[in-house]
Amino acid sequence: MIEVSNLTKRYAGRTAVDGISFTVARGEIVGLLGPNGAGKSTTMRVLSGFMPASSGTVRVAGFDVFHDGEEARRHIGYMPENNPLYLEMRVREYLKFRARLKGLGWRRSRERVTTVMEQCGLTDVGRRIIGQLSKGYKQRVGLADALVHEPDLIILDEPTIGLDPQQIRSVRTLIKSLAGKHTVLISTHILPEVEMMCGRVLIMYNGRVLASDTPENLQRRMAGGSQVIAEIAAPQAALEAAIAALPDVEQFDIVETDGAFFRCALTPPEGIDLRPALAALASQNGWPLRELTRSRHSLEDIYVQVTKPKSEDPE
Amino acid sequence: MNVFWVLTRRELGAYFVSLTGYLIIAAITFLTGASYAQLVNVLGRETLPMPVTQMFFGSFYFWMILWLAAPVVTMRAFAQEKASGTFETLMTTPVSDLQVVLAKFSAACLFYLVMWLPLLACLFIVNHYTSQPALDLGTMGGMYLGIVLVGGFFLSFGCLASALTRSQMVAAMISLAFGMCQFALAWWASSLPSSNQWQSQLWSCMDMFAQMNNFARGAVDTRALVFYLSTTFLFLFLTLRVVESRRWK
Repeated sequence: MIEVSNLTKRYAGRTAVDGISFTVARGEIVGLLGPNGAGKSTTMRVLSGFMPASSGTVRVAGFDVFHDGEEARRHIGYMPENNPLYLEMRVREYLKFRARLKGLGWRRSRERVTTVMEQCGLTDVGRRIIGQLSKGYKQRVGLADALVHEPDLIILDEPTIGLDPQQIRSVRTLIKSLAGKHTVLISTHILPEVEMMCGRVLIMYNGRVLASDTPENLQRRMAGGSQVIAEIAAPQAALEAAIAALPDVEQFDIVETDGAFFRCALTPPEGIDLRPALAALASQNGWPLRELTRSRHSLEDIYVQVTKPKSEDPE
Repeated sequence: MNVFWVLTRRELGAYFVSLTGYLIIAAITFLTGASYAQLVNVLGRETLPMPVTQMFFGSFYFWMILWLAAPVVTMRAFAQEKASGTFETLMTTPVSDLQVVLAKFSAACLFYLVMWLPLLACLFIVNHYTSQPALDLGTMGGMYLGIVLVGGFFLSFGCLASALTRSQMVAAMISLAFGMCQFALAWWASSLPSSNQWQSQLWSCMDMFAQMNNFARGAVDTRALVFYLSTTFLFLFLTLRVVESRRWK
Protein backbone atom coordinates (compact mmCIF):
# COMPACT_ATOMS: atom_id res chain seq x y z
CA MET A 1 0.00 0.00 0.00
CA ILE A 2 2.83 2.38 0.86
CA GLU A 3 6.22 2.10 -0.79
CA VAL A 4 8.76 4.60 0.40
CA SER A 5 12.24 4.42 -1.01
CA ASN A 6 15.17 6.64 -0.10
CA LEU A 7 12.88 9.44 0.98
CA THR A 8 14.82 12.54 1.95
CA LYS A 9 13.33 15.89 2.92
CA ARG A 10 15.50 18.90 3.51
CA TYR A 11 14.31 22.24 4.80
CA ALA A 12 16.59 25.22 4.39
CA GLY A 13 19.85 23.83 5.71
CA ARG A 14 18.30 21.08 7.82
CA THR A 15 17.62 17.48 6.91
CA ALA A 16 14.35 16.44 8.50
CA VAL A 17 14.09 13.01 6.91
CA ASP A 18 17.24 11.28 5.80
CA GLY A 19 16.95 8.57 3.16
CA ILE A 20 14.30 6.37 4.77
CA SER A 21 12.77 3.35 3.04
CA PHE A 22 9.90 1.18 4.18
CA THR A 23 6.82 -0.56 2.86
CA VAL A 24 3.44 -1.07 4.44
CA ALA A 25 1.14 -3.84 3.28
CA ARG A 26 -2.63 -3.51 2.81
CA GLY A 27 -4.61 -3.79 6.04
CA GLU A 28 -1.68 -3.22 8.38
CA ILE A 29 -1.76 -0.78 11.29
CA VAL A 30 1.70 0.67 11.55
CA GLY A 31 2.94 2.97 14.27
CA LEU A 32 5.55 5.59 13.55
CA LEU A 33 7.28 6.10 16.84
CA GLY A 34 9.89 8.65 17.74
CA PRO A 35 10.64 11.67 19.89
CA ASN A 36 9.55 15.14 18.82
CA GLY A 37 11.59 16.33 15.87
CA ALA A 38 12.40 12.80 14.68
CA GLY A 39 10.83 13.46 11.28
CA LYS A 40 7.49 11.72 11.81
CA SER A 41 5.31 14.64 10.82
CA THR A 42 7.50 15.50 7.85
CA THR A 43 7.29 11.90 6.64
CA MET A 44 3.52 12.01 6.95
CA ARG A 45 3.25 15.34 5.17
CA VAL A 46 5.21 13.95 2.25
CA LEU A 47 3.14 10.77 2.24
CA SER A 48 -0.09 12.75 2.26
CA GLY A 49 1.09 14.72 -0.76
CA PHE A 50 1.20 18.08 1.01
CA MET A 51 4.88 18.62 0.28
CA PRO A 52 7.15 16.87 -2.16
CA ALA A 53 10.27 14.98 -1.11
CA SER A 54 13.69 16.49 -1.77
CA SER A 55 14.66 13.13 -3.22
CA GLY A 56 13.37 9.58 -3.25
CA THR A 57 9.95 8.28 -4.20
CA VAL A 58 6.73 7.63 -2.36
CA ARG A 59 4.00 5.51 -3.88
CA VAL A 60 0.59 5.09 -2.31
CA ALA A 61 -1.78 2.48 -3.74
CA GLY A 62 0.51 2.34 -6.77
CA PHE A 63 0.45 6.10 -7.48
CA ASP A 64 3.40 8.41 -7.06
CA VAL A 65 2.30 11.06 -4.57
CA PHE A 66 4.12 13.79 -6.43
CA HIS A 67 3.59 12.98 -10.08
CA ASP A 68 0.13 11.44 -9.71
CA GLY A 69 -0.69 13.64 -6.75
CA GLU A 70 -4.41 14.03 -7.27
CA GLU A 71 -4.97 10.33 -7.92
CA ALA A 72 -2.82 9.32 -4.94
CA ARG A 73 -4.66 11.78 -2.66
CA ARG A 74 -7.95 10.13 -3.59
CA HIS A 75 -6.69 7.02 -1.76
CA ILE A 76 -5.49 8.83 1.33
CA GLY A 77 -7.35 10.08 4.38
CA TYR A 78 -5.08 12.38 6.33
CA MET A 79 -5.48 13.96 9.73
CA PRO A 80 -2.63 16.38 10.39
CA GLU A 81 -1.11 17.19 13.74
CA ASN A 82 -3.39 19.30 15.97
CA ASN A 83 -6.36 18.33 13.80
CA PRO A 84 -7.18 21.61 12.06
CA LEU A 85 -10.89 22.10 11.27
CA TYR A 86 -13.12 24.91 10.03
CA LEU A 87 -14.38 25.87 13.46
CA GLU A 88 -17.25 28.01 12.22
CA MET A 89 -18.94 25.14 10.37
CA ARG A 90 -21.42 22.61 11.70
CA VAL A 91 -20.27 19.00 12.03
CA ARG A 92 -22.51 17.52 9.36
CA GLU A 93 -22.03 20.44 7.02
CA TYR A 94 -18.25 20.19 7.38
CA LEU A 95 -18.14 16.47 6.73
CA LYS A 96 -20.37 16.85 3.73
CA PHE A 97 -18.18 19.61 2.35
CA ARG A 98 -15.11 17.44 2.81
CA ALA A 99 -16.79 14.45 1.19
CA ARG A 100 -17.75 16.54 -1.85
CA LEU A 101 -14.23 17.97 -2.00
CA LYS A 102 -12.86 14.45 -2.06
CA GLY A 103 -14.90 13.72 -5.14
CA LEU A 104 -17.97 11.94 -3.77
CA GLY A 105 -21.24 12.69 -5.50
CA TRP A 106 -24.10 14.44 -3.76
CA ARG A 107 -26.06 11.30 -2.84
CA ARG A 108 -23.00 9.21 -2.01
CA SER A 109 -21.58 11.94 0.22
CA ARG A 110 -24.82 12.05 2.18
CA GLU A 111 -24.72 8.30 2.76
CA ARG A 112 -21.07 8.27 3.70
CA VAL A 113 -21.40 11.19 6.10
CA THR A 114 -24.22 9.40 7.91
CA THR A 115 -22.12 6.23 8.09
CA VAL A 116 -18.95 7.84 9.41
CA MET A 117 -20.92 9.92 11.88
CA GLU A 118 -22.34 6.72 13.32
CA GLN A 119 -18.94 5.05 13.23
CA CYS A 120 -17.29 7.92 15.09
CA GLY A 121 -20.15 8.56 17.52
CA LEU A 122 -21.02 11.97 16.12
CA THR A 123 -24.70 11.41 15.36
CA ASP A 124 -25.85 13.47 18.35
CA VAL A 125 -23.70 16.50 17.55
CA GLY A 126 -24.33 16.71 13.80
CA ARG A 127 -25.90 20.15 14.05
CA ARG A 128 -23.44 21.59 16.54
CA ILE A 129 -20.80 24.12 15.53
CA ILE A 130 -17.38 22.49 15.51
CA GLY A 131 -15.75 25.31 17.46
CA GLN A 132 -18.08 24.67 20.39
CA LEU A 133 -17.33 20.95 20.67
CA SER A 134 -15.03 19.37 23.23
CA LYS A 135 -11.57 18.33 22.15
CA GLY A 136 -12.54 14.67 22.06
CA TYR A 137 -15.42 15.37 19.71
CA LYS A 138 -13.25 17.57 17.51
CA GLN A 139 -10.78 14.72 17.25
CA ARG A 140 -13.60 12.43 16.17
CA VAL A 141 -14.66 14.95 13.54
CA GLY A 142 -11.09 14.88 12.24
CA LEU A 143 -11.16 11.09 12.15
CA ALA A 144 -14.55 11.05 10.45
CA ASP A 145 -13.14 13.44 7.85
CA ALA A 146 -10.18 11.12 7.23
CA LEU A 147 -12.57 8.19 6.79
CA VAL A 148 -15.36 9.80 4.83
CA HIS A 149 -14.23 8.89 1.30
CA GLU A 150 -13.33 5.31 2.29
CA PRO A 151 -9.63 5.76 1.62
CA ASP A 152 -7.32 2.77 1.33
CA LEU A 153 -4.75 4.49 3.48
CA ILE A 154 -5.42 6.52 6.61
CA ILE A 155 -2.62 8.68 7.95
CA LEU A 156 -3.10 10.01 11.47
CA ASP A 157 -0.55 12.36 12.96
CA GLU A 158 -0.69 12.08 16.76
CA PRO A 159 -4.40 11.25 16.91
CA THR A 160 -4.65 11.07 20.69
CA ILE A 161 -2.59 14.08 21.68
CA GLY A 162 -4.19 16.31 24.28
CA LEU A 163 -7.15 14.04 25.03
CA ASP A 164 -8.20 12.79 28.44
CA PRO A 165 -7.84 9.05 29.19
CA GLN A 166 -11.48 8.31 28.46
CA GLN A 167 -11.31 10.04 25.08
CA ILE A 168 -7.98 8.36 24.28
CA ARG A 169 -9.57 4.98 24.88
CA SER A 170 -12.48 5.68 22.56
CA VAL A 171 -10.22 7.01 19.81
CA ARG A 172 -7.99 3.94 20.14
CA THR A 173 -10.94 1.59 19.92
CA LEU A 174 -12.07 3.40 16.82
CA ILE A 175 -8.65 3.13 15.17
CA LYS A 176 -8.36 -0.55 16.09
CA SER A 177 -11.70 -1.19 14.43
CA LEU A 178 -10.25 0.06 11.14
CA ALA A 179 -7.72 -2.78 10.93
CA GLY A 180 -8.12 -5.10 7.96
CA LYS A 181 -10.37 -2.81 5.96
CA HIS A 182 -8.00 0.12 5.83
CA THR A 183 -4.27 0.52 6.06
CA VAL A 184 -3.45 2.85 8.92
CA LEU A 185 -0.28 4.78 9.65
CA ILE A 186 -0.20 6.46 13.05
CA SER A 187 2.51 8.63 14.47
CA THR A 188 2.96 9.00 18.17
CA HIS A 189 5.55 9.41 20.85
CA ILE A 190 3.49 7.47 23.37
CA LEU A 191 4.72 3.89 23.64
CA PRO A 192 1.74 2.05 25.11
CA GLU A 193 -0.31 3.43 22.27
CA VAL A 194 1.63 1.54 19.60
CA GLU A 195 1.77 -1.55 21.77
CA MET A 196 -2.00 -1.45 22.01
CA MET A 197 -2.96 -0.54 18.48
CA CYS A 198 -0.25 -1.39 16.01
CA GLY A 199 0.79 -4.60 14.33
CA ARG A 200 4.14 -3.11 13.47
CA VAL A 201 6.34 -0.32 14.74
CA LEU A 202 8.76 1.88 12.86
CA ILE A 203 11.07 3.66 15.22
CA MET A 204 12.32 6.97 13.89
CA TYR A 205 15.09 9.06 15.27
CA ASN A 206 16.91 12.00 13.70
CA GLY A 207 15.22 11.49 10.37
CA ARG A 208 16.09 7.79 10.10
CA VAL A 209 14.16 4.59 10.64
CA LEU A 210 16.12 2.70 13.27
CA ALA A 211 13.94 -0.34 13.72
CA SER A 212 10.94 -1.89 12.05
CA ASP A 213 9.24 -4.90 13.59
CA THR A 214 6.22 -6.10 15.50
CA PRO A 215 6.11 -4.93 19.10
CA GLU A 216 6.50 -8.58 20.18
CA ASN A 217 9.55 -9.20 18.02
CA LEU A 218 11.19 -6.09 19.30
CA GLN A 219 10.59 -7.43 22.79
CA ARG A 220 12.17 -10.72 21.81
CA ARG A 221 15.16 -9.03 20.30
CA MET A 222 15.77 -7.33 23.58
CA ALA A 223 15.08 -10.50 25.56
CA GLY A 224 18.77 -11.41 25.73
CA GLY A 225 19.17 -9.31 28.82
CA SER A 226 15.87 -10.17 30.49
CA GLN A 227 16.08 -11.39 34.05
CA VAL A 228 14.08 -13.84 36.11
CA ILE A 229 13.04 -12.61 39.52
CA ALA A 230 12.18 -15.02 42.31
CA GLU A 231 11.38 -14.36 45.94
CA ILE A 232 12.20 -17.41 48.03
CA ALA A 233 12.33 -17.91 51.80
CA ALA A 234 15.42 -20.00 52.58
CA PRO A 235 18.67 -19.90 54.50
CA GLN A 236 20.89 -17.50 52.54
CA ALA A 237 23.93 -19.76 52.20
CA ALA A 238 21.91 -22.76 51.04
CA LEU A 239 19.99 -20.61 48.56
CA GLU A 240 23.17 -19.14 47.11
CA ALA A 241 24.74 -22.56 46.74
CA ALA A 242 21.63 -24.03 45.13
CA ILE A 243 21.33 -21.19 42.63
CA ALA A 244 25.01 -21.26 41.79
CA ALA A 245 24.62 -24.94 41.07
CA LEU A 246 21.80 -24.38 38.58
CA PRO A 247 22.79 -24.77 34.94
CA ASP A 248 22.31 -21.81 32.55
CA VAL A 249 22.78 -19.05 35.07
CA GLU A 250 25.14 -16.44 33.75
CA GLN A 251 24.85 -14.10 36.64
CA PHE A 252 22.85 -13.82 39.81
CA ASP A 253 22.20 -11.44 42.61
CA ILE A 254 20.51 -12.13 45.94
CA VAL A 255 19.21 -9.40 48.23
CA GLU A 256 17.37 -9.70 51.50
CA THR A 257 13.83 -8.40 51.56
CA ASP A 258 11.33 -8.38 54.41
CA GLY A 259 11.35 -11.33 56.79
CA ALA A 260 12.84 -14.58 55.61
CA PHE A 261 12.44 -13.88 51.92
CA PHE A 262 15.28 -13.20 49.55
CA ARG A 263 14.89 -11.58 46.21
CA CYS A 264 16.95 -13.40 43.57
CA ALA A 265 17.63 -11.87 40.19
CA LEU A 266 19.01 -14.38 37.70
CA THR A 267 20.29 -13.68 34.20
CA PRO A 268 20.08 -16.60 31.80
CA PRO A 269 21.70 -16.82 28.37
CA GLU A 270 19.50 -15.76 25.44
CA GLY A 271 16.50 -17.94 24.74
CA ILE A 272 16.51 -19.87 28.04
CA ASP A 273 13.64 -19.67 30.51
CA LEU A 274 14.84 -20.29 34.05
CA ARG A 275 11.41 -20.23 35.69
CA PRO A 276 10.64 -23.99 35.68
CA ALA A 277 14.07 -24.79 37.10
CA LEU A 278 13.59 -22.27 39.89
CA ALA A 279 10.13 -23.56 40.71
CA ALA A 280 11.48 -27.08 40.85
CA LEU A 281 14.36 -25.95 43.07
CA ALA A 282 12.01 -24.33 45.56
CA SER A 283 9.64 -27.28 45.71
CA GLN A 284 12.45 -29.86 46.06
CA ASN A 285 13.87 -28.04 49.03
CA GLY A 286 10.48 -27.22 50.48
CA TRP A 287 11.25 -23.44 50.36
CA PRO A 288 8.26 -21.15 50.18
CA LEU A 289 8.18 -19.32 46.83
CA ARG A 290 6.02 -16.19 46.69
CA GLU A 291 6.98 -14.61 43.40
CA LEU A 292 8.40 -15.91 40.15
CA THR A 293 8.46 -13.63 37.17
CA ARG A 294 10.43 -12.70 34.11
CA SER A 295 11.09 -9.00 33.79
CA ARG A 296 9.59 -7.93 30.48
CA HIS A 297 11.31 -5.23 28.55
CA SER A 298 8.74 -2.66 27.86
CA LEU A 299 8.81 -0.96 24.52
CA GLU A 300 10.04 1.94 26.56
CA ASP A 301 13.37 0.18 27.10
CA ILE A 302 13.65 -0.62 23.42
CA TYR A 303 12.84 2.94 22.55
CA VAL A 304 15.37 4.35 24.98
CA GLN A 305 17.98 1.85 23.81
CA VAL A 306 17.38 2.48 20.12
CA THR A 307 17.16 6.24 20.37
CA LYS A 308 20.10 6.65 22.70
CA PRO A 309 22.03 9.45 21.00
CA LYS A 310 25.44 8.08 21.95
CA SER A 311 25.20 4.64 20.39
CA GLU A 312 26.67 4.61 16.89
CA ASP A 313 24.61 1.79 15.43
CA PRO A 314 21.89 0.66 17.77
CA GLU A 315 20.48 -1.97 15.46
CA MET B 1 -15.57 21.92 -12.00
CA ASN B 2 -17.72 20.31 -9.38
CA VAL B 3 -15.01 20.69 -6.78
CA PHE B 4 -14.58 24.32 -7.77
CA TRP B 5 -18.24 25.06 -6.95
CA VAL B 6 -18.07 23.18 -3.69
CA LEU B 7 -15.02 25.24 -2.70
CA THR B 8 -16.52 28.53 -3.86
CA ARG B 9 -19.69 27.85 -1.93
CA ARG B 10 -17.78 27.17 1.25
CA GLU B 11 -15.63 30.26 0.82
CA LEU B 12 -18.66 32.41 0.24
CA GLY B 13 -20.46 30.76 3.14
CA ALA B 14 -17.52 31.53 5.40
CA TYR B 15 -18.26 35.27 5.04
CA PHE B 16 -21.78 34.80 6.28
CA VAL B 17 -21.35 32.28 9.10
CA SER B 18 -19.11 34.70 10.93
CA LEU B 19 -19.79 38.30 11.77
CA THR B 20 -17.19 39.65 9.32
CA GLY B 21 -19.40 39.46 6.27
CA TYR B 22 -22.25 41.32 7.91
CA LEU B 23 -19.91 43.90 9.39
CA ILE B 24 -18.36 44.63 6.02
CA ILE B 25 -21.76 44.95 4.38
CA ALA B 26 -23.02 47.18 7.18
CA ALA B 27 -19.99 49.45 6.92
CA ILE B 28 -20.28 49.68 3.15
CA THR B 29 -24.01 50.39 3.37
CA PHE B 30 -23.27 53.17 5.81
CA LEU B 31 -20.62 54.72 3.56
CA THR B 32 -22.78 54.40 0.45
CA GLY B 33 -25.68 55.92 2.35
CA ALA B 34 -23.54 58.80 3.58
CA SER B 35 -22.29 59.55 0.11
CA TYR B 36 -25.84 59.30 -1.21
CA ALA B 37 -27.13 61.72 1.40
CA GLN B 38 -24.40 64.15 0.50
CA LEU B 39 -25.20 63.76 -3.17
CA VAL B 40 -28.88 64.44 -2.65
CA ASN B 41 -27.96 67.46 -0.61
CA VAL B 42 -25.81 68.84 -3.43
CA LEU B 43 -28.43 68.06 -6.03
CA GLY B 44 -31.02 69.88 -3.93
CA ARG B 45 -29.00 73.07 -4.09
CA GLU B 46 -27.78 73.18 -7.64
CA THR B 47 -28.11 71.30 -10.88
CA LEU B 48 -25.10 69.58 -12.30
CA PRO B 49 -24.67 68.53 -15.89
CA MET B 50 -23.59 64.97 -15.16
CA PRO B 51 -25.31 61.69 -14.23
CA VAL B 52 -25.45 60.87 -10.52
CA THR B 53 -23.32 57.78 -11.05
CA GLN B 54 -20.52 59.96 -12.27
CA MET B 55 -20.86 62.19 -9.24
CA PHE B 56 -20.74 59.18 -6.99
CA PHE B 57 -17.50 57.92 -8.48
CA GLY B 58 -16.00 61.35 -8.31
CA SER B 59 -16.61 61.41 -4.56
CA PHE B 60 -14.01 60.25 -2.15
CA TYR B 61 -16.48 57.79 -0.59
CA PHE B 62 -16.30 55.40 -3.51
CA TRP B 63 -12.52 55.21 -3.38
CA MET B 64 -12.51 54.80 0.34
CA ILE B 65 -14.93 51.89 0.09
CA LEU B 66 -12.74 50.31 -2.54
CA TRP B 67 -9.56 50.93 -0.62
CA LEU B 68 -10.93 49.46 2.62
CA ALA B 69 -13.15 46.69 1.34
CA ALA B 70 -10.75 44.74 -0.87
CA PRO B 71 -8.18 44.06 1.88
CA VAL B 72 -10.86 43.17 4.43
CA VAL B 73 -12.64 40.82 2.03
CA THR B 74 -9.51 38.98 0.92
CA MET B 75 -7.26 39.04 3.98
CA ARG B 76 -8.53 35.75 5.37
CA ALA B 77 -8.45 33.83 2.08
CA PHE B 78 -5.14 32.04 2.53
CA ALA B 79 -3.67 33.60 5.67
CA GLN B 80 -6.32 32.20 7.96
CA GLU B 81 -6.09 28.72 6.47
CA LYS B 82 -2.34 28.76 6.91
CA ALA B 83 -2.53 30.05 10.48
CA SER B 84 -5.12 27.49 11.58
CA GLY B 85 -3.55 24.61 9.68
CA THR B 86 -6.61 23.91 7.55
CA PHE B 87 -4.49 24.72 4.52
CA GLU B 88 -2.90 21.32 5.01
CA THR B 89 -6.22 19.47 5.15
CA LEU B 90 -7.41 21.42 2.13
CA MET B 91 -4.35 20.75 0.00
CA THR B 92 -4.27 17.04 0.83
CA THR B 93 -7.67 16.48 -0.76
CA PRO B 94 -7.71 15.73 -4.48
CA VAL B 95 -8.06 19.39 -5.51
CA SER B 96 -5.60 21.30 -7.66
CA ASP B 97 -3.89 24.51 -6.60
CA LEU B 98 -5.56 26.34 -9.46
CA GLN B 99 -9.02 25.29 -8.29
CA VAL B 100 -8.28 26.59 -4.80
CA VAL B 101 -6.95 29.95 -6.02
CA LEU B 102 -9.82 30.47 -8.44
CA ALA B 103 -12.44 29.42 -5.90
CA LYS B 104 -11.11 31.84 -3.31
CA PHE B 105 -10.94 34.67 -5.82
CA SER B 106 -14.41 33.94 -7.18
CA ALA B 107 -15.91 33.84 -3.70
CA ALA B 108 -14.26 37.17 -2.90
CA CYS B 109 -15.65 38.64 -6.15
CA LEU B 110 -19.14 37.35 -5.44
CA PHE B 111 -19.09 38.76 -1.96
CA TYR B 112 -17.80 42.03 -3.36
CA LEU B 113 -20.76 42.15 -5.75
CA VAL B 114 -23.23 41.47 -2.96
CA MET B 115 -21.56 44.24 -1.03
CA TRP B 116 -22.39 46.76 -3.77
CA LEU B 117 -26.09 45.93 -3.88
CA PRO B 118 -27.13 48.77 -1.53
CA LEU B 119 -25.77 51.20 -4.12
CA LEU B 120 -28.27 49.86 -6.58
CA ALA B 121 -31.05 50.65 -4.13
CA CYS B 122 -29.78 54.22 -3.74
CA LEU B 123 -29.72 54.71 -7.50
CA PHE B 124 -33.22 53.35 -7.87
CA ILE B 125 -34.48 55.80 -5.31
CA VAL B 126 -32.84 58.66 -7.21
CA ASN B 127 -34.32 57.31 -10.40
CA HIS B 128 -37.77 57.04 -8.91
CA TYR B 129 -38.00 60.51 -7.44
CA THR B 130 -36.08 62.56 -9.96
CA SER B 131 -36.06 62.73 -13.68
CA GLN B 132 -32.46 61.78 -14.17
CA PRO B 133 -32.33 60.76 -17.79
CA ALA B 134 -28.86 59.25 -17.58
CA LEU B 135 -29.83 56.36 -15.32
CA ASP B 136 -30.38 53.98 -18.18
CA LEU B 137 -29.09 50.44 -18.62
CA GLY B 138 -25.95 51.66 -20.39
CA THR B 139 -24.82 53.85 -17.52
CA MET B 140 -25.71 51.21 -14.96
CA GLY B 141 -23.94 48.49 -16.94
CA GLY B 142 -20.87 50.65 -17.42
CA MET B 143 -20.83 51.51 -13.77
CA TYR B 144 -21.10 47.94 -12.61
CA LEU B 145 -18.51 46.82 -15.15
CA GLY B 146 -16.18 49.45 -13.74
CA ILE B 147 -16.87 48.31 -10.21
CA VAL B 148 -16.19 44.69 -11.14
CA LEU B 149 -12.99 45.46 -13.04
CA VAL B 150 -11.45 47.75 -10.43
CA GLY B 151 -12.65 45.32 -7.75
CA GLY B 152 -11.11 42.33 -9.50
CA PHE B 153 -7.85 44.21 -9.72
CA PHE B 154 -7.76 44.98 -6.00
CA LEU B 155 -9.20 41.63 -4.91
CA SER B 156 -6.67 39.65 -6.92
CA PHE B 157 -3.90 41.62 -5.27
CA GLY B 158 -5.55 40.97 -1.90
CA CYS B 159 -5.46 37.23 -2.61
CA LEU B 160 -1.78 37.48 -3.44
CA ALA B 161 -1.07 39.39 -0.21
CA SER B 162 -3.03 36.80 1.77
CA ALA B 163 -1.12 33.93 0.17
CA LEU B 164 2.18 35.54 1.11
CA THR B 165 1.66 35.49 4.86
CA ARG B 166 0.12 33.57 7.74
CA SER B 167 -1.23 36.68 9.42
CA GLN B 168 -4.48 38.27 8.32
CA MET B 169 -3.36 41.62 9.67
CA VAL B 170 -0.16 41.59 7.63
CA ALA B 171 -2.14 40.56 4.56
CA ALA B 172 -4.56 43.44 5.07
CA MET B 173 -1.71 45.89 5.56
CA ILE B 174 0.07 44.78 2.40
CA SER B 175 -3.14 45.30 0.42
CA LEU B 176 -3.83 48.65 2.05
CA ALA B 177 -0.32 49.83 1.24
CA PHE B 178 -0.76 48.60 -2.31
CA GLY B 179 -4.05 50.51 -2.58
CA MET B 180 -2.37 53.65 -1.28
CA CYS B 181 0.43 53.39 -3.85
CA GLN B 182 -2.11 52.75 -6.56
CA PHE B 183 -4.11 55.85 -5.61
CA ALA B 184 -0.95 57.94 -5.41
CA LEU B 185 0.03 56.78 -8.88
CA ALA B 186 -3.47 57.43 -10.21
CA TRP B 187 -3.49 60.89 -8.69
CA TRP B 188 -0.07 61.64 -10.13
CA ALA B 189 -1.07 60.26 -13.53
CA SER B 190 -4.19 62.39 -13.56
CA SER B 191 -2.21 65.53 -12.78
CA LEU B 192 0.14 65.01 -15.74
CA PRO B 193 -0.60 67.11 -18.80
CA SER B 194 -1.92 64.87 -21.54
CA SER B 195 0.14 64.51 -24.68
CA ASN B 196 0.55 62.00 -27.43
CA GLN B 197 3.92 60.75 -26.29
CA TRP B 198 4.04 57.08 -25.36
CA GLN B 199 5.17 57.80 -21.80
CA SER B 200 2.14 59.88 -21.11
CA GLN B 201 -0.09 57.31 -22.84
CA LEU B 202 1.36 54.64 -20.57
CA TRP B 203 0.84 56.75 -17.49
CA SER B 204 -2.74 57.37 -18.44
CA CYS B 205 -3.34 53.64 -17.93
CA MET B 206 -2.71 54.22 -14.24
CA ASP B 207 -5.28 56.97 -14.02
CA MET B 208 -8.02 55.04 -12.27
CA PHE B 209 -10.03 58.17 -11.58
CA ALA B 210 -10.42 59.07 -15.24
CA GLN B 211 -11.10 55.44 -16.13
CA MET B 212 -13.81 55.11 -13.52
CA ASN B 213 -15.26 58.40 -14.67
CA ASN B 214 -15.58 56.96 -18.15
CA PHE B 215 -17.23 53.80 -16.88
CA ALA B 216 -19.67 55.85 -14.83
CA ARG B 217 -20.67 57.78 -17.91
CA GLY B 218 -21.33 54.44 -19.57
CA ALA B 219 -18.29 54.66 -21.81
CA VAL B 220 -16.23 51.46 -21.88
CA ASP B 221 -12.62 52.17 -22.75
CA THR B 222 -10.81 49.07 -24.08
CA ARG B 223 -7.48 50.30 -22.73
CA ALA B 224 -8.88 50.27 -19.21
CA LEU B 225 -10.53 46.92 -19.86
CA VAL B 226 -7.25 45.38 -20.99
CA PHE B 227 -5.33 46.98 -18.15
CA TYR B 228 -7.62 45.67 -15.41
CA LEU B 229 -8.10 42.21 -16.89
CA SER B 230 -4.39 41.65 -17.51
CA THR B 231 -3.29 42.88 -14.09
CA THR B 232 -5.97 40.72 -12.45
CA PHE B 233 -4.66 37.70 -14.33
CA LEU B 234 -1.12 38.61 -13.40
CA PHE B 235 -1.93 38.80 -9.69
CA LEU B 236 -3.89 35.55 -9.81
CA PHE B 237 -1.01 33.87 -11.59
CA LEU B 238 1.40 35.12 -8.93
CA THR B 239 -0.97 33.89 -6.22
CA LEU B 240 -0.97 30.47 -7.84
CA ARG B 241 2.82 30.46 -7.90
CA VAL B 242 2.95 31.39 -4.23
CA VAL B 243 0.52 28.59 -3.37
CA GLU B 244 2.60 26.17 -5.42
CA SER B 245 5.79 27.41 -3.82
CA ARG B 246 5.42 24.98 -0.93
CA ARG B 247 6.42 22.37 -3.49
CA TRP B 248 9.82 23.84 -4.14
CA LYS B 249 10.68 25.12 -0.68
